Formats: sequence, structure tokens, C-alpha cells
Amino acid sequence: MSLVAQVDRATPSAFARGRRPGELTGGASLGLGIGVLWLSLLVLLPIAAIVSTAFEDGLAGFWDAVTDAEALSAIRFTVGAALLVTAVNAVVGTLIAWVLVRDQFPGKRVLEVVIDIPFALPTIVAGLVLITLYGPSGPFGINLVGTRAGVVLALLFVTLPFVVRSVQPVLIDADREVEQAAASLGASGFTTFRRVILPTVTPAVLSGAALSFARALGEFGSVILISANLIGQTQVSSSYILKMIESQEPVAAAAVATLLLAVAVVVLVELDVVQRRTARRG
Amino acid sequence: MKSTLSGPRARTSSRLAAVLVAASLLAVAGCGSSDDTDTQAGATGGAAGGETSIDLVGFAVIQAAYDDLAQEFAATDAGKGVTVKGSFGASGAQSRAVIAGQDADLVALSLTPDVDNIAKEGLIDEAWSSGEDKGIVSDSVVVLAVRKGNPKGIHGWADIVKPGIGIVTADPGTSGAAKWNLLGAYSQALGENDDTAAAEAYLQQFIGNVVSWNDSGRTATDAFVKGTGDVLISYENEAIAARAAGIELDYVVPDTTFLIENPAAVTTTAPQAAKDFLAFIQSDEGQQVLTAHGFRSVSGLAPAQGVEGANDPANPFPDVDIITVEDLGGWSTVNDELFDKENGLVTKLRG
Amino acid sequence: MDARVRRARRRTTRTAWVLRLVAIGYVLGLVALPVVSVVQHTFADGLAPVWDVLTSDDFLAALRLTAVVAGIATVLNTVFGVGMGVLLVRYRFWGRRFVSAVIDLPVSISPIVVGVALILVYGTYGWFGGALEDAGVRVIFSVPGMVLATVLVSLPLVLREVVPTLEEAGVEQEQAAQSLGASAWQRFWRVTLPTIRWALAYGVALSLARSLGEFGAVRVVSGSVAGESQTLTLYVNDSYQELGADAQRQAFAAAFVLMAIAVALIVVIAALRPKEERS
Repeated sequence: MSLVAQVDRATPSAFARGRRPGELTGGASLGLGIGVLWLSLLVLLPIAAIVSTAFEDGLAGFWDAVTDAEALSAIRFTVGAALLVTAVNAVVGTLIAWVLVRDQFPGKRVLEVVIDIPFALPTIVAGLVLITLYGPSGPFGINLVGTRAGVVLALLFVTLPFVVRSVQPVLIDADREVEQAAASLGASGFTTFRRVILPTVTPAVLSGAALSFARALGEFGSVILISANLIGQTQVSSSYILKMIESQEPVAAAAVATLLLAVAVVVLVELDVVQRRTARRG
Repeated sequence: MKSTLSGPRARTSSRLAAVLVAASLLAVAGCGSSDDTDTQAGATGGAAGGETSIDLVGFAVIQAAYDDLAQEFAATDAGKGVTVKGSFGASGAQSRAVIAGQDADLVALSLTPDVDNIAKEGLIDEAWSSGEDKGIVSDSVVVLAVRKGNPKGIHGWADIVKPGIGIVTADPGTSGAAKWNLLGAYSQALGENDDTAAAEAYLQQFIGNVVSWNDSGRTATDAFVKGTGDVLISYENEAIAARAAGIELDYVVPDTTFLIENPAAVTTTAPQAAKDFLAFIQSDEGQQVLTAHGFRSVSGLAPAQGVEGANDPANPFPDVDIITVEDLGGWSTVNDELFDKENGLVTKLRG
Repeated sequence: MDARVRRARRRTTRTAWVLRLVAIGYVLGLVALPVVSVVQHTFADGLAPVWDVLTSDDFLAALRLTAVVAGIATVLNTVFGVGMGVLLVRYRFWGRRFVSAVIDLPVSISPIVVGVALILVYGTYGWFGGALEDAGVRVIFSVPGMVLATVLVSLPLVLREVVPTLEEAGVEQEQAAQSLGASAWQRFWRVTLPTIRWALAYGVALSLARSLGEFGAVRVVSGSVAGESQTLTLYVNDSYQELGADAQRQAFAAAFVLMAIAVALIVVIAALRPKEERS
């Protein structure tokens, strides 16, 4: 089971497996009412407030806000960095998951624990951690403060576990006999990987990648220290939103926030589609 | 699961219980102790003759100086048993936080309009700046901080707009320091003939050379210290404080520069202790604490001792030509012409 | 067959070695090395200065506040996660998928956006801020706002761990208990809770870890007054922004504490994981 918030993965098959879920009883209705009220106060209303503030000055106001030069460069950089980080994670994360599942070596359990550190480590501490090593007084003489590479590094740090943890269980469950059959039929290692393993893990890789993309897109704490917040260069969207809300420009803040929200929704929907397809196939 | 043996089951259940209990204990202990702080404060206060705490909302770079001020104040009769709880950040952001409801007894911000905005909401007496000092508690000037040894040969305003020089400053959207910096850059270029075209052209070059706009004066210092840019435009006291803290940089006080005036005011709900603290800050004793941290005193008081971190600790505040916000027509004019979010010159030049 | 597999693996050692080295090197370089360097940095001047920081008033106040906020948030998320989890699995109702999706949304958005959203609703000039203020309730710049922000960023963590286990278990046992006359409470306490206990413990640990470390959202809704509304993460940030060796020491000491808690929680989580998979 992964540390990542699992997005409704098992839900589609639930009805088939258990009894038919019941109609709501009185007590359950009350519970549901309270739950939905809590959700509304906590999630729906605040999100509605963001979207409505974003369009407070009409569509034109929204458009002006997100096409502001500073906003645009922050969005472009954030999306670009998130895509790059996601691509790296898809490859390296799958590789690490493979090693963790199929390889045996001393210290593997330590490695397992180390991989989870970015999940549990507060982001501001992650930022401090990275700047200690890759800042101006770091031991390697590499100063990544104020560079795009520094931001990408911070994002790689915080998103490391996503793909690993989503691919791992799939590899554990994967049927080794198919691979062995392929090998015994003379398939090379690469062919076996491409034809047998890759199709099996692809949905999991996509899920992990989507989560890591969403996380990278919204990341703030680990990035601010190392980015030096250079406008047009290393400023990320979250940082821009914060500055706008502190400069009493709620529309500008809300407009960019709405854009990020929309992307998060798209990512979640994509995840859902992938998972439903997998569930149907499985 | 159905056929769990009693042994492991008991063990696992108790372990689960332990985790849950630990979590809830943490919550309960936390709630309990938050009440404790109040009672504790009350208890120790009783011994010291009425413990009061002052909520200070200050701008980014004053923490060290105000920690000292609070300590010295606590040693006076009026300050006995008074603790100061501070929050520090970009002046404009802090001002808006107070308006938005952050608790404040004393605000100490970078510039007068940031306090005025709070007063407009009725949270500070409108007459806060009517006194002799106009509510100003500390002065400073705009300086140019450079890398140790001044490798780029920066000696004045003209040198920082040369091609290839990277300027680090705070952002006027949130920060007071930024407005002072931009005022410094603009006003010195006006020259004797009040040449607004020349000043505008200079500001254009200046803004073109900025590589890093930061949330606050302090984050600008941090960005510069971490290796961004070639010159940091900042408060004289910030450059002095950075050097006193062991950070390697030099600073240049330009021949013509801008007078920075930092106001402070108590809110309408402030306890007497906050008013006393403000009076202490304005007293010669308080002003000396500030000069020791590199601020210039409002009354022109010479520092009682050498100022650590200054270029010349014995003569820390060199006499230079100084332009004030009054010279430019006061804050309302300056805010309209330079910093207006629609038509201000800075807004336009930043495009 | 086991032996054959093992032999096969031995034959492909070269690829395996390369993969192993890449994986280990990447993880160690990206995570372990920086973490070790922070520990080393923290204790560069010995134990005494670190101890001074850890016993200072502001640090202790920040620790206490962090415990309060994270504790309340975790309790709220646990109650919500279990309750909503049971409802989502056991009942079918209109809007069920939508509710499920809404619960997942907050963790996928920027913590800054979370904070800004809360301000727009509960801030002084927000939708409800004025009314709440008239009622004497302060949300933003106060503990309730910090709790709300923390709840939001860790909202689905308990629920998502509990749901699969509930689905797996089905409803037979509960129906059996019901037919034997067990009340709803008894059924929950005797049947449901023991079924989901490991998943629950795992979710609680996750939720706690996330809550203790929240920075961005809390940064937006807190005034960060030292000794009052400054959590540990804000303490790290504010100290780091301060000039001078003392302040840096504060930042690193507090960061070290947060890191130690994080690692401890990971170890707990890792210990829980295999048990959960077995069940």
C-alpha cells in the first residue's frame, strides 16, 4: 500500500465483490449530512471563493491576470519544471521500484525508509536540507540557489516516492511466469521488459506520474529557499500567488490559483480514467 | 482475519491502541498546554506585578533590534514584567495582515503609508503621526551593498545601471524597503533641475538591471547573500546588521541618497504597556539601542559606542546629501506618481 | 523452480548491478546525503547550543502549538475518514463519486492555494469572516484557521487507507452481528474497527506526519507571532530568515527535531505496512 493518497482505486470493483451497498438509513443519512457539510465548509466553499474571486472582474479580468508577464512566466516555468520532474520520476521511479521488488541486497529496508523521507519531511525542512548541500556554503562548491536546476532538484526531492510507491505493488503482484515464459521463448531482456513488464506497470506509472505532476505544480515550501524567487526565472506559481495575496491583489492570486486548480482536477480525472480502465481490464 | 489467534490479535490490538492513544494524547496534551500558557503567564505575572504581553507587528529587518529594545524595556520600571511577542515580515504584507485581523498592539513598519492604511480602518488613532517626530521612530538611508572587496567597482548610483550589473531588491508590492530603494534611485537622478525625464530614464535602466525582486528587505538580503546579483539595494541598518552577523559583504553609502523614516504606532486596543514601550523606543535610551543596530536616531543622536558592522564603527553614519519624501511632495504624491498599481511609473516601467 | 529463477538472476548480474547502483545512488544522493548533512550541520558546534535552542521559550511554544494543531487536525481527519469511509463503501447515494473526488482534491492543489482559499472565505473580508467576527470567532490569524488549513492538506489520508480494507471485508460479518442483535455502535466497535485497525493506524500515522510538517497553507493563514501563532515549520522559516549564527542554529535545531519526528513516523509506518498487506 502506498503512502500516496490512493484515488478511489478499488471503488469500481467494490460492488461486485461485496454485497450490494445498502440504501441510506436514518443514522447514515445524518452522518452523511454532517460529512457533506464539513466538506462544503472546508473544501467546496473555499474553492468556490477562489473561482468566483478569479472572475470578479469578468472573463477579461481573469485573462489579464493570467497573461500578466510575471504570472505567465511563473506558470510556464512551473509547468515546465513539473513536466520535466514527472518524466524523470516516471523513468527513475520505475527503475527504483524494480530494484526494490526484484533485487535483493543488504540495506534494502533502509533504502525503503529513505525513499519515504520526502513524504514525511516538512517541505521547509526539505528546502533547508537542500540548501545546506547545494547552497553557497555547500561541501561540493555547487551553488544552485537562484537557478532553475535548484528548483528542479527540490521538486525531484519531494516527488521521489510517488512513482516508486505506485509501481511497487503492481510489480509485486505481477505474474513472473509470463516473464519466464517470454525469456524461455528466447525474448531478450529488453523485449521482455517492453512487451511483458511495461504494459503491466504502465497504469501504475501513469498514476504515480500524475500525482507527482500535481505535487510539483503546487509545491512551495521546499522550493522557496533554493529558488531565490527570481521573477521570470525561478519564481514558481505558488510563490507568485502568495505575493499577490500579500500585495492585496486577490484577483490576480485567485486567477492563477484557479488555473492550478483546473490542472489538478484534470489530473485527478485522468487518474480516475486510467484506474477505471485498468480495473475493467483486470 | 477471521481466524486470528488470540495471542497475535491481542498484541496487534494493543499496538493499534497505543498508536491511537498516542495520537489522541498528543492532541489532548496540546490543548491542555495551550491553556497552560495562559495560566502560566498569569501566574508568573502575579509575582512580577502584572504580566502583560505586547503583540508587535514589525517589518522584516527589525527583529534583532526590537528583541534588544524589549529586553532593555523590561529592565525599566514601566516595562517590568512586559514581554513582547513579535511577528516580522514585509511591511506592506504586515500592514494588510493587521487590517485583515491579525492581533497587534504595536506596529513598527517600514513606511508611513503602511501605518496610515491601518489607521484608515480605525485600528490606529488617525492622529498617530501628529506628534513632533510624525510617528517616526528610526531613520536610515538607502545604501548599495556589494560583494566583499567590491569586485564590480560600484561606488554610486551611476555604476549600478551599467550593463551586466545584477541588482537585487525587494518588491514594492509587498515590501517597504523596495519603495525606499526605488525612491532613492529615482530621486537622486532628478538632479538639481528636477529633471523628471532623466529620473524616469534612470529608473528604467535600474529596473532593467534588477535580477531579483523579493518579498521583503530581508529575503532580498538572503537572495544576495546566497549568491544572486552583484548589488543589493537596502537599508543602511540592514547592511550593518548583516556585517555584524558575520556575513561577508561591503556597502557603499552613495553621495546622494534617500532618507528612510520608519514609523511606529499603537493600536486603539493596545494596553498601556504598549504605549510605554513605544515611549521607550522614542526615548534617548531606546534610540541608542537602535543606533547600536545600525539605525540612525530620529533626533540625530550620535551613537554612544562604536557600531559593529558599520564601514567605520567609530563614525558609522557618514554625512551625505539626503533627499526626503517631503522633498518629493509627500507620500500621497509619491504613491500616486510612482507606486500606483495602474498608472504609477514603477508599474509602467516594470511592464 | 526457485533454484532456476535464482540461477537466472545470477546470470543477469551485470544489468542488475547497474540498476541497483543507479537506484541506490539516486536515492542516496537526492535524499540521504542532504539529510545527513543537515544533521551534521546541526551538531557542528556540539550538543549544548542545540539544547539551548530546544529549551528556549519560543521553540517550546512552537512545539506545543504544532502538537495542538496537528493533533486536532489528525483527530478530525480520523473521525471524518472513518465515518466517510464507511458511508462511501457501505452505502450508495446520489453524488457519491463527486464526494469521493472532492475529498481527494485538496492534497492535489498547492498549499498556498489552500491558504488563500480559506482567507477568501473566513478572513475578515471573506464571505463569512465578518459574520464570524461579529460572533466573536476569529479563524484566520488564529488557531482555528491553522487547524482548518492543516485538516485540508491531509484530508483524504485516513479515508484512502480505510476504504480498500472496508471494501475487502465486505458486509457479511456486520450483517451477522446485526442478526445477532448487535447495536450499530457495537457493530462498529466489535466488527468494523478491528477489521480496519491497521489501515487506520497507518492512515493516522500518515495524517499526523503530514499535519506536523505543514508549512505553506499555515504560512498564509497564520500571523506567525513568535510564542503565539508560530508552528515549528514557521519557526524554522522565520529563524532561517534572521541574520546571524544564533538564528541559523535555531533553524537547524528545529529542522532536526522535525526531521527526527518524520523519520520516526516513517519507521512506524514501515512497521505497519507488512501487517496491513497480510490482512
